[in-house]
Amino acid sequence: MKTLVIAELHEGHIRKSTLSAVSFAKQTNAPFSILVLGPGAKAAASEVAGFGAEKVLVSEDASFAQPLAERYAPTIAAVAKGGFDVIAVTASSFGKDLAPRVAAKVGAGYAPDISAVKVDGGLVFKRPMFAGNAYGWCKITTPTAVISVRQSEFSAAEPSGGNSAVEDVAAAPADGAASRVEFVRLEAAKSERPDLGEARVVVSGGRALKEKFAEVLDPLAGLLGAAIGASRAACDAGYAPPELQVGQTGRVVAPQLYVAIGISGAIQHLAGMKGSKTIVAINKDPDAPIFQVADYGLVADLFTAVPELVTELKKGA
Amino acid sequence: MIDTRGTKLYIRPVKILVPLKRVADPDNANKIKISANKIDTAGLEFKPNPFDEYAVETALRLTENGANTKARLGEVVVVTFGAKDTEQTLRAALATGADRAIRVDATDDQLDGDLVARCLKGLVEKEKPDLVLLGKQQVEGDSNQVGQLLAEYLGWPQATFAGSIKSEGDKALLVGREIDGGSMFLKVTLPAVVTVDLRIVSPHAVQSMHTKAEHAYQEGVRFAALMAIMAAKKKPLVEMKVTDLAPDATLKIQYTGFEPPPARKAGVKVKTVGELVQKLRSEAKVIQ
Repeated sequence: MKTLVIAELHEGHIRKSTLSAVSFAKQTNAPFSILVLGPGAKAAASEVAGFGAEKVLVSEDASFAQPLAERYAPTIAAVAKGGFDVIAVTASSFGKDLAPRVAAKVGAGYAPDISAVKVDGGLVFKRPMFAGNAYGWCKITTPTAVISVRQSEFSAAEPSGGNSAVEDVAAAPADGAASRVEFVRLEAAKSERPDLGEARVVVSGGRALKEKFAEVLDPLAGLLGAAIGASRAACDAGYAPPELQVGQTGRVVAPQLYVAIGISGAIQHLAGMKGSKTIVAINKDPDAPIFQVADYGLVADLFTAVPELVTELKKGA
Repeated sequence: MIDTRGTKLYIRPVKILVPLKRVADPDNANKIKISANKIDTAGLEFKPNPFDEYAVETALRLTENGANTKARLGEVVVVTFGAKDTEQTLRAALATGADRAIRVDATDDQLDGDLVARCLKGLVEKEKPDLVLLGKQQVEGDSNQVGQLLAEYLGWPQATFAGSIKSEGDKALLVGREIDGGSMFLKVTLPAVVTVDLRIVSPHAVQSMHTKAEHAYQEGVRFAALMAIMAAKKKPLVEMKVTDLAPDATLKIQYTGFEPPPARKAGVKVKTVGELVQKLRSEAKVIQ
């Protein structure tokens, strides 16, 4: 068995999320290589050359300027055909968009968003279903398997030394679909804060914050070095931008500390955060379901409790 | 080229295929019963998969002038995979404005996302829609795959997790995709596959070639009037078999077992902010 890990490149650097897919590859104890496509791939290869991969395969072909599945899939499929039987990517929005397209291209079964892997006469994958209220174990019946890895369940691989050989790969010829999709623009959220998927602390707000979402959460997040998240209700109401949504269909996070502020705890929100190590909930409704998963619950008006929390934290620092 | 009713534009009416699935009530997903070989949803009400309902709403918005939602300026065909009783989900979509429905007779254990995608490919070859609109994921399996698989099987472009769609005439769509770090805008030339995200049903998210830019829809999906529910009973609904659409019904994924999520141990309620900070420092040790 041999695994091909697809890296995610962002502004010339490998995203840390890629190390979750590397961590998967290491858990299966099979040799693996890492494929890096996009501008700056050659320079970025050194960032993942110390993780025990046989090779880091790169291409900076102009067609990879934007991460479009139609352009990436043919090359990934061609590289995979050169001797890989598992193709792994982290289940970020990049991976979720790309992996099924690759699976269809190589005729492989696809196990999405897996949370664990077991080697038991072949690979068996564990994956969350029903908003994390059940886990299924599944096998892929095709010779090649494509999987995406849940970042919050596979901690980033640690460097293991060595220096993988970096090799160029040829870009596969474009297929018809690629000529019918055109990148127009990216509206990137500007934030000084850590990425939601990587933050050690996440401070999340619900609809109860109303227009004061940022005003109330910013000082606390700043103090804790936290990423800011939001409930779907807060995003739908326009109090927080959609990319902050934590939940079944938004970002799935599992930080050391998750602070839920004015969040009632709908099932689909819990699906995105209940793997967090320590959960704090502040809500004025003592019956809010969020208290059922919180390690520490405080029944209080958030508009007074959060500023008080900031003051209290500053005292001890 | 057909004259769309009442307008002077000579543009082709767009035909959209929307695959739907019913799911066990997602708001009560914590009430499912899990045994080693089965997930039992008995006792939970069936509801349309929320993202699929949004896809139907999106298809309706793309085939009308927002100022007159009674006139359909295109065709919306809905399809589901299920037993006879799933026709209720199709009738509900017909009542909100879809034109025709297809039920592919199958049970969930005969299907995986890949086979659904291959069947849809067969259906697309028969129906020849300009666009296949799907929910980004079905909230039971939470797989997020059918749209992407279908796009590759058809050799069509894909725009996943759409939070906004604007028609560019009858040939292309400008799609705003909700991605981890913000929004990515793509222009896809039809025919194409688009999967929709939550924000697609906000007031200005979808603009057809007939709808004025300033038109604001009501937030969310439309509800069917009683008259429309009655009328929907007369709209065409045909049944097909999996083997009519996909020659090979082999599954690529096999589930070998199920288990419940790990339980979290009960937490405590603290009385004051001071107590909270003290516990976070000395007990949980997650802050300095």
